[in-house]
Amino acid sequence: MEKTRWFWVWVITSLFFRLVLIYFPENLNLGFRPEVATPLTSLRRLAEGYWLKQSSMSPYAGSMYHGSPMLLSILGPLTVKRIEGQPSHLMCSLLFVVADLVTAMLIRATGQTLQLAYSQSLRSLNLVSLLESSETLSAGDIAALVYLWNPLTIITCVGSSTSPIENLLIVLSLYGACLRIAPLAAFGWVLAMHLSLYPVILIIPVILLLGYGPDAPPRKLFLQKNSSENGNSPSCHGNYPCNEVTSQEKLPLHPFLWRPVMHFMLWASFWLFYVFVLCSISLKQHGGLLEMLKRTHGFILTMEDLSPNIGVLWYFFAEVFDFFRDFFLIVFHINILFMILPLAIRLKHRPCFLAFVYIAISSMLKSYPSVGDSALYLGILGLFINELAEMKFSFFLFCGYIGVSLLSPVMHNLWIWRGTGNANFYFATAIAYACLQLFSPDMDKWHGPALVCFCPPESVFQLLQGWSMGLNRRGNLL
Amino acid sequence: MAFQWSVLYFLVLLQVSFTPIFAGSSGEEEFSEELLLRPLPDRKVLAHFHFESRAPPTEIYGHHHRLFPKAIYQLVQKFQIREMELSFTQGRWNYERWGGFNPITSANAKPPGVELWAILDVPPDQVDASWKNLTHTLSGLFCASINFLESSTAYSSPDWAFQPSSRSLRYGALPREAVCTENLTPWLKLLPCRDKAGLAAILDRPSIYRGFYHSQRLRLTSTEVGSEKGMESGIVLEQTLTIVLEPDAQRPNTNHLGGRVLQPSWSLRSIFGREISGRCVLAKYSTVFIEVERNLVSELKKLGRRRGVAEIASDSWTDPFFDLSVTPDKTIKEMNVTHGDSSSILYEFSTEKYLDYEPFDVGLTWKLPVVWSSPQAPFRASRFLIGSGNQRGSIAISLKSTEPGEGFMSDLAREGCTVRVDVFQVVPWYVKVYFHTLQVFVDGRHRRVTDALEKIHVSPSEDKVSPGLMEMVLRFPCSMKSATLTIEFDKGFLHIDEYPPDANQGFDIPSAVVRFPDFQASTYYLKDNSRKSALLSKFQEKNLLLSYTEILLVPLATPDFSMPYNVITITCTVFALYFGSLLNVLRRRVGEEERFLKEASMRKGMLPQLLSKLSAKLRGKYKDSPQSSSSSSSLLNPKLMFKVALVAGIAVGWHYYFE
Repeated sequence: MEKTRWFWVWVITSLFFRLVLIYFPENLNLGFRPEVATPLTSLRRLAEGYWLKQSSMSPYAGSMYHGSPMLLSILGPLTVKRIEGQPSHLMCSLLFVVADLVTAMLIRATGQTLQLAYSQSLRSLNLVSLLESSETLSAGDIAALVYLWNPLTIITCVGSSTSPIENLLIVLSLYGACLRIAPLAAFGWVLAMHLSLYPVILIIPVILLLGYGPDAPPRKLFLQKNSSENGNSPSCHGNYPCNEVTSQEKLPLHPFLWRPVMHFMLWASFWLFYVFVLCSISLKQHGGLLEMLKRTHGFILTMEDLSPNIGVLWYFFAEVFDFFRDFFLIVFHINILFMILPLAIRLKHRPCFLAFVYIAISSMLKSYPSVGDSALYLGILGLFINELAEMKFSFFLFCGYIGVSLLSPVMHNLWIWRGTGNANFYFATAIAYACLQLFSPDMDKWHGPALVCFCPPESVFQLLQGWSMGLNRRGNLL
Repeated sequence: MAFQWSVLYFLVLLQVSFTPIFAGSSGEEEFSEELLLRPLPDRKVLAHFHFESRAPPTEIYGHHHRLFPKAIYQLVQKFQIREMELSFTQGRWNYERWGGFNPITSANAKPPGVELWAILDVPPDQVDASWKNLTHTLSGLFCASINFLESSTAYSSPDWAFQPSSRSLRYGALPREAVCTENLTPWLKLLPCRDKAGLAAILDRPSIYRGFYHSQRLRLTSTEVGSEKGMESGIVLEQTLTIVLEPDAQRPNTNHLGGRVLQPSWSLRSIFGREISGRCVLAKYSTVFIEVERNLVSELKKLGRRRGVAEIASDSWTDPFFDLSVTPDKTIKEMNVTHGDSSSILYEFSTEKYLDYEPFDVGLTWKLPVVWSSPQAPFRASRFLIGSGNQRGSIAISLKSTEPGEGFMSDLAREGCTVRVDVFQVVPWYVKVYFHTLQVFVDGRHRRVTDALEKIHVSPSEDKVSPGLMEMVLRFPCSMKSATLTIEFDKGFLHIDEYPPDANQGFDIPSAVVRFPDFQASTYYLKDNSRKSALLSKFQEKNLLLSYTEILLVPLATPDFSMPYNVITITCTVFALYFGSLLNVLRRRVGEEERFLKEASMRKGMLPQLLSKLSAKLRGKYKDSPQSSSSSSSLLNPKLMFKVALVAGIAVGWHYYFE
């Protein structure tokens, strides 16, 4: 009881903190920061698109707006609605605060579902004793708080950018998949894909979640467990298959359920159709769907806008020779797609973690990254806090994040505003940030669950213990 | 009898068929040259050359011309030009001092650099292609980089704010084009006498380019194509050169008279260094005018009254103030329509009677100091940038009331009257204008945009495709002192190849055009019909009052131009790092590695076991490099030996097979 009260206190404090910050948008000027507002998510561009639409032109006329027409009809009226004496984008900011709160709550609910699933599978493996050692707060609560109190989330929410909405939809999709609510999952996935294209790769974890459930330890784990209980000799391991017949009948638990997946597919096509119909209605006079796809997803893929952001691609494409441009565009986007299948094969029994890895990778390699994306994957990272308790280099990573987030605005200021630095300084911080991001998922994820889940059968106990307690070091266990 | 009839018939036929060619002046080619000189209030002199060539319609006259330049004729024929104007300008017209409310200003004050607009009489889908070819042709014709207007980012098609509506109008400007003598020479070549005779002969290059402002303009109006037949005037080529020069103060000690500064006296010789030695014989007429503008006349009258000079009965009333070195052939007074009691005066000189040994050198000598100011447009328009840094900024257009003279104040000062102001502005794509941030301040107070804005048409800029275009009709109360329009923009970031050679200098935004459609800058002159003058009829045309604003210089953030290779390699390294580490993690199975190690240690003897323990310890510290130990342990593996031998055998066999 005490714990939940503290949780809610912190949640409400974070909301108050946001509300306080919203009242000083002119002083903070976060909406102009390249870290916060990319050409895709900038609310200023959305207001311009809305203005163009109001003056009966296509919102995509000119290269200002690249978002969805639906977002335009929802947020557009709010950008012009003004309360006297209040900052201009107040209504939108309030909406973003609500979106952040909902996202945090969904992350929490997802965390609780995950925890339940873990405990179930532990119980089925007769490892109930491990469950007793619960920490101060559950992983879901921690993840929600991490999401709400992450400075990156806060500046994304306060600086007018539409990424809180995108994050909300992604989390909604994961939440729906965790609870096996196919329509909800499909809704979140379709809209997230519609808004920012990259979540399209989340279809794999969502399907796995719907098929296997939130947690499906590998079959051989149970096999091994059963066989060791049956007193099998240690000779039956390694490259030589054990005789599975002995324990076949005892095998539980996690068959792949096709029903929710089919539901998901149906619902997804329904929502997709619905979204397209809505968009084509709102863009009837202005070029229709093709124009929309060209201006939104095409804009993401072709990387037309070279204004600086926290990624490395803008500078790359500002400098690269024109005849190599297409080649590198393909290479960089293939890089995201290339890893999808191997990762899905290796992590198929931990779909939530797979989703996290996908989100992290796409936020690192996407064409217009912003801190809003990092905020999302850092928040989801909180869900695996138990597994990552012994993460290596966490202090180093933490310092790296702090250093980059301090240096990057300084370098930007030197280059853009004062004219004393040059573009290379800013690009250097972007490179450092990219390396950090690359380092962090690698380090943290692989020393966590991945290691734990892929150990061969002979170290089942070690595995399970490591998995549940977050102790995955060999030395501690043997 | 029959023979007589047939001869008569033949003669009649002849008469009928040849009549159009010889009939009247409209069927003839015409060339005329005129020069207007006007003292300016700030001790400078305006010289405005006006050359006009007319070619009768091709249908009647045929393709061969005596006077009309062939290059221009072919241009009109090829690109089906209905109207075109090309101007090369160096310097900025000073609206405040040199006047903003007369026909010369509104037609000839042009933005610095090159400005080109054309109405092409071709189907709408071919306009752009024709325009591109036209820019290239003109570029060759005038030795200028007009071909930069070819790119779709450089020109726009205004709807109504620049010229009354025409779908096939294209407008482009190159603010940074340097204008010099290599542009003037081809321009002069279009004249039938070039610069060898006539008025153009006094165009001494050094004295022109020493001036404060010069603008050479070429305007083409053609009814050759498209329009309905009948009332055709063929092609009219109008070439004007407007120069503002400062006469040398030759007698400095007499410049001060009674404590006030005397205006400098000047003559053609003193400002151009040359004199007019007769007319161009091909010209129909060759006239020099000296204009005394309206405000100067009223000022002189005032002074005259004070000095007790009688009311103007003859031309001699100006005698106490200035002298003309040559007696004018004629004095023309402005027909006074709206502008109160004073009207400007033109002194006309015909150069026909002057010859080489008796050149024409008109001069004006001031006797008494006089101070006046030129008539102003109702608002003075200027444009400037707000904000610092290379990320964003605002463009502001400010209109300041010039406290216009009594003339049109009287009919504007009524209650509730409004002034209409048209603004036409083109911004290049890298200045990304947020049209929703348009704000209007009237007399320093923020107003709702809808109060002032009557009509707006924008075509927003597309990255690397088209520039942004803004056309606005604004209405302000007559009593307004000042108005400011601001609009925010983001600065774009360009590809490294798109920057000009001197990237840090910044980028120029072409001038905005501010028009005042409620006012007409026409001037009518009382004139006997003995001779028509192209210049004066130009003055009487419907001239909309307009002014160009300043060019803006926008600095953009630049990337490092020297290191594309570094950026490519570093970025690719990061990607390789990502790919490699992910692949490594995917491939690796920690548990299996441990098992292999264990098996190996069990199988081996004492020493290898020790070694492997040592290596395991090392590994425990450094966490990786399992390959080295496993390879060392399995180096003597017979299976491996066999594999190596097999591969080597295949390789040798392969080698021999291919030799």
